[in-house]
Amino acid sequence: MNNLPGMEYLTTRKDEFVGWARKFSLFPYPFVTACCGMEFMSVSSTLYDTDRFGAALPRFSPRQADLLMVVGTISHKQAPIIKKVYDQMCDPKWVIAFGACATSGGFYRNYSAVQGVDKIIPVDIYIPGCPPRPEMVIDAIIKLQEKIAKSKHPIVTENF
Amino acid sequence: MNFEKVKAIIPSITKGSTEDSVIINLGPSHPATHGTIQIIAELEGETIKRTDIHCGYLHRGFEKEAEAHTWHGVIPYTDRLNYCSGLINNFAYADTVETLIGLQITPRCLYLRTLLSEYSRLADHLTCVAAILMELGAMTAFLYLITIRDYIYEHLNHLTGARLTYSYVRIGGVANDLPEGWLIRLEEILQFYENYVEKVHKLVDRNRIFIDRTRNTGVLSTTDALHWGFTGPILRSTGAKHDLRKDNPYLAYADLDFEVPTGIKGDNYDRYYVRMREMDESVHMIRQCAKKLPSGPINLEGHKYMLPPKELVYKEIESLINHFKIIMEGPIVPSGDCYRAHEGANGELGFYIVSDGSGVPYKIHVRAPSFIHVGGAHIMLQGGQLADVVPTFGSLNMIGGECDR
Amino acid sequence: MDFELFKAIKKELINEVTESRLTHGILELKMSAENFFGVVSKLKTSFDFNLLLDLTAIDYLKQKEERFDVIYHLYSTLHLVRVRLKISLSEENAKITTLTTLYGSANFMERECHEMYGIDFVGNDDLRPILLYNGFEGYPLRKDYPIEKEQPLVPYIK
Repeated sequence: MNNLPGMEYLTTRKDEFVGWARKFSLFPYPFVTACCGMEFMSVSSTLYDTDRFGAALPRFSPRQADLLMVVGTISHKQAPIIKKVYDQMCDPKWVIAFGACATSGGFYRNYSAVQGVDKIIPVDIYIPGCPPRPEMVIDAIIKLQEKIAKSKHPIVTENF
Repeated sequence: MNFEKVKAIIPSITKGSTEDSVIINLGPSHPATHGTIQIIAELEGETIKRTDIHCGYLHRGFEKEAEAHTWHGVIPYTDRLNYCSGLINNFAYADTVETLIGLQITPRCLYLRTLLSEYSRLADHLTCVAAILMELGAMTAFLYLITIRDYIYEHLNHLTGARLTYSYVRIGGVANDLPEGWLIRLEEILQFYENYVEKVHKLVDRNRIFIDRTRNTGVLSTTDALHWGFTGPILRSTGAKHDLRKDNPYLAYADLDFEVPTGIKGDNYDRYYVRMREMDESVHMIRQCAKKLPSGPINLEGHKYMLPPKELVYKEIESLINHFKIIMEGPIVPSGDCYRAHEGANGELGFYIVSDGSGVPYKIHVRAPSFIHVGGAHIMLQGGQLADVVPTFGSLNMIGGECDR
Repeated sequence: MDFELFKAIKKELINEVTESRLTHGILELKMSAENFFGVVSKLKTSFDFNLLLDLTAIDYLKQKEERFDVIYHLYSTLHLVRVRLKISLSEENAKITTLTTLYGSANFMERECHEMYGIDFVGNDDLRPILLYNGFEGYPLRKDYPIEKEQPLVPYIK
């Protein structure tokens, strides 16, 4: 199939189209644990709105969501649960590490905090801040949308 | 789940269960519970017979971290205890250390701390009520209340530099004085608040659905509440008029004129209404404090505990050494122990500190109201329906950072 | 400050209490572990201390003969005063009677103190870990537990 003339043109157009559709219909799963949850509530309400970017409707079931937002500190007691939630999500899936604690453990360097959720699951976008301002969260969603637009989306076969 | 398997894992919950009951798990990641908490409930039909609540999913080691930082270095960790009302934790901690040292803060600082405590309490109650209403489906009321809360966050950002985790207090005072125009904007926000809260009252107070879901659900009596250690708005909703601001006044509360609202039955509707009335009382207190705010220095003179001003640090050698010693070794607190409690948004927030005479604490223990309320929550959940877990648990206002520390 | 009440308490408990002092508005009483339950029962029934506020422990590693000090704070909603009880326990014999028969709130607090310091509460048969997880070894708040020693449940991928 790849030897047909003009195949590259078709795959790139298909990637652009699927990327456009996927980036504007993100269904976040807000895995809220700590203080960053307050900023998540602020960013989804009226003054700073995520609905403008298509990422408004949270889906609290991993089977129905495609963006896992790890909001707040992950402790070692919580780690098996977030691993299970991540494994239950279907492809394509993205992960945003929201806040300093999810990125690298924050300033909790002790026996109970996981030093960054990327030690357990792969992360696409990191948002620094303790807690980050709502504008930074919107910036992160826009960066994620650019990343989705530029990546390959194999939907029919492994290469197409 | 297989009954025999569950019995092997959790013997305490299956003691006395029959084969007919169903054991379900409202897991740590759940849309309707606030924060991460796990409720294992034994159901018979839709009625809950017994519950076992597991907290600790946000344990971040506050007490161990406090033993590794100086007395000033602990202040950011105290912000993140009850993160909805960070200033109250800050002030309670500083009050405990200042009592152990024997410091007397300036009158202006006293009134400013009182004003900001009430402002923080307002933000916390707004969050709690907004969350209860959102979980019951009242999305409009949630958006109204979160809008006011956002204005409060921006306003505190103007004063302290941060929206949520302020770290504003210092031992012996606060970080900086009020900027220009802060009190004018305060009055504007309080008027916004009154406007929006009136709308929320009209939408919710006599709403048939809200009354059906919250009246007579999650009922708690005063003797039960005291036996299980409840304090704060939950104890007041049962009818007992206990408030640390009136019983053991601290800061400037003895000079202020306010009422303590109490409930009648101790159910969810009473807890919602007690919080709404407490918000109105807080606004009344904020206006009194803003009028009575004395002029004068905000921080103590002399630099044994407070950092000297930067201009002197760059010019004089004594100030430089002073600054260096306070940052590197920490302010020297005489050895001994002390317990002080403030009325937090959830109840009695106490700090018990032990010092061995150095700049690093020997032990700091937080008496966290949410932790103890979760220990007694099964009394309110048992005998009710499964759907009543949502408003009952929301009205407990379990904040993960405070419960698990 | 309710000095009359404090004098009455000290007089009533003169046999069980070894030391007492008034610090920062709180009456502090020291006693041994054997007399502890009797003192709390008397405080609850005769003097209306109906709220158990707080329970914690202090670890004096090698600084004192008896390693642990267990601290209780009680509050009376009638008299509006607080009382602090201090009991010294040695490391080999770190056992004290449970208060769950008198105050329901003691359950969670005793579970936390047990998992953090290793103090055994005799009579409380539900001492499961509450803030830590099953499989955590050691007692983190003791002074000889290193702060950065993690015991991860999910192994790190990097």
